[in-house]
Amino acid sequence: MSLISTLARLEAVESGRARPLATVRHRRISDEPLVLVPLTTAGEAGAPLGALVGTDRDAPRLLTVAQPRDRDLRFAFLGELAEAVLPYLDTYAEVIEPAERNETDPETGKRVKVEVELCVDAPQLIVPSRPGIDFVRLLGRSMRFRRTAEDDPDTPYPAPPRVPLLGRWLTHYGERARVPGSSLLLAATDLLNRHWATGQSSLEDQHLGALLAWIDPPEGVSGAEAALRAELDRDRGGQLRCPPAGPATDPAFDNRLLAPAIEGYDRARQALAAAEDGPGAEEQLARLSAAERDIRELLAGVMRPTWDAVWHGLDLLRALPEGERVADRWTRDRWSFTGHRDRVRAGEPPQPRLDDAVTAAQKLASRETAQAQLEAQEALDDPLVFAGRRLSGEAFLSEVTEVVMAYSESKRPSPRPLVTVRTDDRPHLEAGTKVFRSLDGKPQSAEFVRSSAEDADDNDADGVLVLRLTDRMGRGKEPAPGSVPEKGDRIAWTLFEHDQRGGPKLPDPEETPWTHGGPPGADDATPPHARAEAHAPDPVTEEDFL
Amino acid sequence: MRGNAFEAKVKADGGTELMRLLSERLSGQSPPPASGEVLVPDLSAAGPEGRTARTALALREATEARAWALLDHPLLALEVAGSPAYLEPDAVVVRPDGRWTVVEIKSFPMIDGSADAAKVGAAARQAAVYVLALERVALHTAGAEVADRVLLVCPKDFSNLPAASVVDVRKQLSVTRRQLARLTRIEDIAAGLPEGTTFDLGHCSGEELTAAVESVAAAYAPECLSACELAFHCRHRARAEGAVETLGRGVRGELGGLTTVGAVLAAAHGGAGDPADPTVSALRRAAALRAEALAAAGASGAPADGAVDGSGPAVSAIGSANEAVTCR
Repeated sequence: MSLISTLARLEAVESGRARPLATVRHRRISDEPLVLVPLTTAGEAGAPLGALVGTDRDAPRLLTVAQPRDRDLRFAFLGELAEAVLPYLDTYAEVIEPAERNETDPETGKRVKVEVELCVDAPQLIVPSRPGIDFVRLLGRSMRFRRTAEDDPDTPYPAPPRVPLLGRWLTHYGERARVPGSSLLLAATDLLNRHWATGQSSLEDQHLGALLAWIDPPEGVSGAEAALRAELDRDRGGQLRCPPAGPATDPAFDNRLLAPAIEGYDRARQALAAAEDGPGAEEQLARLSAAERDIRELLAGVMRPTWDAVWHGLDLLRALPEGERVADRWTRDRWSFTGHRDRVRAGEPPQPRLDDAVTAAQKLASRETAQAQLEAQEALDDPLVFAGRRLSGEAFLSEVTEVVMAYSESKRPSPRPLVTVRTDDRPHLEAGTKVFRSLDGKPQSAEFVRSSAEDADDNDADGVLVLRLTDRMGRGKEPAPGSVPEKGDRIAWTLFEHDQRGGPKLPDPEETPWTHGGPPGADDATPPHARAEAHAPDPVTEEDFL
Repeated sequence: MRGNAFEAKVKADGGTELMRLLSERLSGQSPPPASGEVLVPDLSAAGPEGRTARTALALREATEARAWALLDHPLLALEVAGSPAYLEPDAVVVRPDGRWTVVEIKSFPMIDGSADAAKVGAAARQAAVYVLALERVALHTAGAEVADRVLLVCPKDFSNLPAASVVDVRKQLSVTRRQLARLTRIEDIAAGLPEGTTFDLGHCSGEELTAAVESVAAAYAPECLSACELAFHCRHRARAEGAVETLGRGVRGELGGLTTVGAVLAAAHGGAGDPADPTVSALRRAAALRAEALAAAGASGAPADGAVDGSGPAVSAIGSANEAVTCR
């Protein structure tokens, strides 16, 4: 955490309200995001208990599992979830625009442009908290290797149709969420924490209710008080007034309300089974559906506040203007969505359990590039973020005091003007350090020559820097108009590059070096059945989790 | 409940499955012992002292017999801040070569060979304490050695089949050793309290109890919230004092000698503090930069496009033509 954001937190403590950490919004919020509030069963390591899902804040779709250990009920839940999520994804997959992509021609080895489709917009998934993102990944992992009756008629427990497909999509979204700056799958707490500093620790900031209380407290209450209430207030039955955002539930809810309700459901089911087709069957059936309704109401009661909180958070975020370079990152998200759509359509198998060495290295490299790009873009979009970079000596704001024309000493001299600037910042510069400024949205680079002009005994000399512009001045002897700053211009320079280039290209999977396990499948130590297992469904046991 | 069922399954049949996992992960080539070869000593005894003595005896006998042995829920004692604490690992395995290995059975799943890092970390810290306690017993046992690698057993993927992984706990061991050595002894803490202080719930009123708790100093940090029942009390107190630790341990480190919110803000806004202090000067600079950026954003609203304006915000100087959407 930089000193500036620490200061923001301290100011929040003093004022009792969250303080801004950004002046623009650094993530895309789709016009119609799909909000998913999942719940998981305590002690069952990821067995879903229920979910609210939908794009309409007033009409979420409620999905519940009355007995989380029952495989059929769980499958029915996942099937319903697929019916709620996949049509939403499909609407975006259909609307496309033509685009070009560079590809290597397999025959000539040259880079050629290929006409491809690009989805105009991408579907966005919002969950309440970071554990929600992990849960999406877990659901994805549990579903993508399942077999439906259509895939394999002999499978002992066929999954409902489209469940494996949902698993692949959730896996893709879960994976994409690990790319810095991506907006396909976002957690509401992460979004809010990026833009506001509260007067509590980052640990406590994971509580969506408390976080919102700091940012937008109810009338007449300080954020600190409201946050405390959100954390601790319980009603007379001992239940939290602001239930946790999940997926884990509050133990008091599990023990006092949920467990008896599930027991009641089990009893009703047993009674129904005992009654078979006898005279009491109809009555027992009514009892069973009443028990199921009880559970649905209970779960809806603890999920609804979270659902509303997520939408409240989105409202607050939408009030911020979007950063200019957010659209650029969103385009990458659209490519990611389109790419996976194409892989699914091409009938490729689900994502493997473990990435091979080359894929893993590629993912890591692209995430590092994305991280550096995100940091640069956020600083360029937002003066408050830029201030943090100025404080750390990675950027400076300056005023031009003098421009002297100079030329390079090559056969065809090109313009290399010397720009003298004055700054109050303290950038970490050494002779030859490259600095960048944005010129019509493109970076122009300069080289640091020396600090202070000829008058070295000037007391202010510390803040006077001489820079040599090195590019973007056209091909002619005279620099293109507007490409050289003039006296009095205020210019923001950065010591970091504005565009991130990826590292060197990685080899194809078939060329994996032996240091990294060699090409996949070539390893003699890998028995053939293990290779076949890569896409095989998980073995099923009597009491499996998901 | 699922955790218990899983643990029982792993240890069933005299630990056959557990032994198979252990030799698969730790012994390399040697085959697992046959089910009849594994001693499963009875460790029941009266009271914690009795059970720890019984455990020590069983460990000694198994080591001397040079045989495989599985100790199911042994009881170990470890001195913490001068008073004994009793620990009960899920299992300890004694191997014929005299090595003792701690086995920790957890109910969180190991999916595709990896589990939740936070949970594995917690399990490793827990196991390290068991290893420390075992080392005390091993000191008095000839030919015994405690392995610094423990076996973590978790359900595999979404099933309840066990999967095992070896966790190296050397780091956790040295951290725990150091922390135990540094702990203030309970007698010393007690000596500093007023005469007659008691935490006995049955014999004192709410106010007395609050006063008793108040009389003990606490070093609150947000991490306490996930570990301690008194954390909310300590947090309340730390917040009332304006301690900067309430925002996180890292914040405290950043702010040098300034320990309260009021002092930091006063220093940052020029009301107090020595300008020669590097922390104070950094704070003042940070505050000035933050105020400038916020004022600039507030004055101009959305950043203007491209124009280089003498008084404009930093963003407009950086330039902002829409450079998106060329997608390659």
